[in-house]
Amino acid sequence: MSSVCFYFQVHQPMRLRRYGIFDIGKDSNYFDEESKSNLNNKFIIEKVSKKCYLPTNQVLLDLIKKHPEFKVSFSLSGVFIEQLEKYAPETLDSFKRLVDTGNVELLSETYYHTLSFLYSKKEFKEQVLLHKDKINQVFGVTPSVFRNTELIYNNDVVKEVEEMGFKGILAEGVDRILGWRNSNFIYKPEGTEKIKLLLKNYRLSDDIAFRFSSKDWSEYPLTAEKFSNWVNDVNGNGEVINLFMDYETFGEHQWEDTGIFNFLRHLPEEVYKNKDNDFVTVSEAIDRYEPKDTLDVPHYISWADVERNLSAWLENDMQRDAAKKLYELESKVFSSGNNKIIEDWRRLQTSDHFYYMCTKWWNDGDVHKYFNPYESPYDAFITFINVLNDLKLRLINN
Amino acid sequence: MGSGDERIRVLMFGWEFPPFNSGGLGVACLGLTKAIVGENAEIIFVLPKKIDIKNSPVKLHFADSHLVNYKIIDSLISPYLTEDDFLKKRGNFGDYGMDLIDAVKLYALRAREIAKEENFNIIHAHDWLSFGAGIEAKKISGKPLIVHIHSTEFDRTGGTGINNEIYLLEKQGMEYADAIIAVSNFTKDVIISKYGIPPEKIQVVHNGIENKEETQKDQNKSDFFRIIKTNGGKIVIFVGRITIQKGPDYFLKSAKKVLEFCPNTFFIVAGSGDMQNQIIRQTAQLGISDRVLFSGFLRDEELNSLYKNADLFIMPSVSEPFGLTALEAMQHGTPVIVSKQSGVSEVVNHALKVDFWDTDELTNKIVSVLKNESLSSTLKSNSLNEVKTISWKNAAQKCVEIYKKILGQFKFFLKKKDK
Repeated sequence: MSSVCFYFQVHQPMRLRRYGIFDIGKDSNYFDEESKSNLNNKFIIEKVSKKCYLPTNQVLLDLIKKHPEFKVSFSLSGVFIEQLEKYAPETLDSFKRLVDTGNVELLSETYYHTLSFLYSKKEFKEQVLLHKDKINQVFGVTPSVFRNTELIYNNDVVKEVEEMGFKGILAEGVDRILGWRNSNFIYKPEGTEKIKLLLKNYRLSDDIAFRFSSKDWSEYPLTAEKFSNWVNDVNGNGEVINLFMDYETFGEHQWEDTGIFNFLRHLPEEVYKNKDNDFVTVSEAIDRYEPKDTLDVPHYISWADVERNLSAWLENDMQRDAAKKLYELESKVFSSGNNKIIEDWRRLQTSDHFYYMCTKWWNDGDVHKYFNPYESPYDAFITFINVLNDLKLRLINN
Repeated sequence: MGSGDERIRVLMFGWEFPPFNSGGLGVACLGLTKAIVGENAEIIFVLPKKIDIKNSPVKLHFADSHLVNYKIIDSLISPYLTEDDFLKKRGNFGDYGMDLIDAVKLYALRAREIAKEENFNIIHAHDWLSFGAGIEAKKISGKPLIVHIHSTEFDRTGGTGINNEIYLLEKQGMEYADAIIAVSNFTKDVIISKYGIPPEKIQVVHNGIENKEETQKDQNKSDFFRIIKTNGGKIVIFVGRITIQKGPDYFLKSAKKVLEFCPNTFFIVAGSGDMQNQIIRQTAQLGISDRVLFSGFLRDEELNSLYKNADLFIMPSVSEPFGLTALEAMQHGTPVIVSKQSGVSEVVNHALKVDFWDTDELTNKIVSVLKNESLSSTLKSNSLNEVKTISWKNAAQKCVEIYKKILGQFKFFLKKKDK
C-alpha cells in the first residue's frame, strides 16, 4: 500500500514597508507600503490570490468532487489568514469551502510563522495557542498535528510539541538524519512517548515544487503519468509518500503556462490506477501506520536551502543580531500592556524578515533573490532595525 | 600559408601608470596591460609624457617586459584635462599658442609616425584624448581599431553642459572604430543614447582589480586616527577628484544629516579638483568645518592607511563609468556605499547602493552602518570574498576575445575584397 500525503504550506509575511531613519519616532505604521512594489502586502495577496490560491483551490474542490476519497492537508499561518480577512475575503471563503468538504486537514503552527522556539519557549507556546484559536474561530476545526515554521525540527522541538498534546509532527527527510532509512515510513522521535513523525520525501516533493518546469532536467516534462509511476515504485519499500511544499508552487512559483494545474488535475486519476494507492491526510497517515524506527535528531534541521539547517535565517551577523535584539525586548513588550506594541513585536518575529537578510544567496541559486522584496539583504536589515528602534521608542514613551 | 593563429600584437594608446597617474585611468591601463600580456599578447604601449625619457619608470611594472614595448610621445595631454588645466600647464612649459584640441591633434600626428614604423595587427585606444591617435594609426596601417571608453564627456561634466568639440571627437572615434569597449552597462547605455552608436558594436568589459594580500586593520595608527578611535569616533571617507562628476556636494549634505544621529563622526575628503574651494566654502556654510577634513590627493601608504582606518567608504558619483576606488576600499575590508549611477554597482553585490541625489537614503545607510556593528561586519566579510573574484584576468580575456573576433572579421572582409 502506498499512501500519498499532500501537505501545503500557505503563508505570506507582513513585509515591512520602506522605513528609513527619518521615520523613527514619527511613524509607527510599519506594514502598509503604498507603492505598487513587492513590499505592498495588499498587492501581493491580491496577485497571489489570482494566480495561485483561487485557481488551485478550485482544482482541489473539483478533484474532491470527482474523487470523494482524495485528501490533502494545509497549514495556514495566522498572519496569512489575517491578511486574507483584510484584503481578500473571497479567497478566505474558498479555503473555508475546502475545509468544509471534510477532506482537508488543517495543521497547527505558530501564529506569526516565527523562529520563537529558538528564542523563547513561552512565546512559542503562546503563538501556537493563538493560532489554534484562530483556526477554530475561522474554520471551526481544531488541529491535532503540528508543523514548525519552515519544518524547523529537532528532539527538543518534538518533546515540547508532544507535551502540548499533539499526536504528530512534520519534518524534512534529510539524508543525514535518515542514514539507511527512507522517508516513506512513520517514525518515533527519540525521547518521546506517542507522537509520530512524518518526513518529507524531498526528491518527489521537489520534482514538483522546483524541477517541474526546468528544461535542463532530464525528466522534463513531468507528466501525471510519469509521477504516478514513481509513486508506484515506492510500493514495497514504504507506506506513505509525503509530498510537502509551498502552496504557491501552483501558479506562483510554477506559472500556469508550465502546465502545473493540468498536472495537479490529472495526478489523482493516474495514482488511483494502481488499486494499492490512495491519498491520505496527515492525521490519517499517523492513525493508520506504525513507526518503523526511532529517529534521533539532536541538531536543528529545516526544509530550507541545500544545507537544510537554520542558515537561511540565522547565518550572518546581521540576522543573529536582529533576532537577538528583537527577542531581548520580550519582557518589556509584555509589561507595556499595550496590545498594539505586542502585536507589532510579534509581526516582526515572522521568519521571512530574517530570510530577507540572508547573504548566502549569490552562491545558492537565486531562490533567495527571487523571494526578496528588498533591493538587497542589507536593505532588509536596515529597514528591520529602523522599525525595531521605533518600537523601542514606543516602549519608552508608553 | 598564413596560419589563423597569428600572434596578437596590440598598438595601445594608453596613459601614465601609477605613481604618475591622477586617477583610475592610469590604474586601469596598468592592470589591463599586465593581464593582456599574461594572455600572451604583445603590446606596444604608447603614451604622452612631458618628461625626460631616461628616467622612465614604466618597465618596473612588468615581469614579462619583453612583451611590452614603450613609445613615449612628447605631449602635454593627460587624463581628466580640462581646457583651463591645459592652458595653465601649457604656460609652465612655455608651449604658447596651442590649445587642448591642437595638442590632441599634434599627438595624433606623432602617433602616425609610430604606426608607420611598428609591426602590430590591432589598435586599442583608451579614452577620447587618444582617439585621434587611434584613427591616424588605423588610416596609415589599415589595421582595425578598438576604442575603450572609460568615461564620456557627459560623465566628466556631470550634467552641467558638455564641450561640443570634445563630444564630436569622442563620437568620431566611436564611429571610426571597428569595436567599442565600454567599462560598464551604464557607459554602454550612454554610448547608445548620447552618441547614437548601435548596441551590437559595443562590448562591456568591467574593470578588475589587482589581488592583494589581506591586511589587518592598521596597527600603527597615526595619532590622528588613534585619537578618533579611542574616543569612539567614526570615520567616513570620500576618495576621488573633487569635481561635479564625483558628487562631493551630496557627500557633504549627507554628512550634515548624519551628524544629527552620530555626532562623533569625522568625514574625510581625499582628493583634489576644480570644485575644491566651493566644497570647502560649503562645509563652512553648513557649520560642519570641524567634522569634515580635506587631506588632498593621497596615494600608496597614506591612501591605504585611510582605507584601513575608515569605518565606511562613500562614492556618491553623479555619473561614474566604473569606480575602481570602491573595489580598493572593499579590498581593505571597508564597507562601501556606491551610487546606483556607477559601473561598479553592476559588479558588486556586497555593497550598499543609493541614487546619488537621495541624500536622505544615503544618510539612512551611513547611520545604519555606523550604528550597527553586525551590518558592518557582514558587509566586510562578504565584500572581502567578493572582491577576490573580480580580476583583471577576466577583463583581459574578454579583450583578447574581442581582438580575435575583430581580427577574424577583418580577415574575412579582406579576403572578400581580394576576390
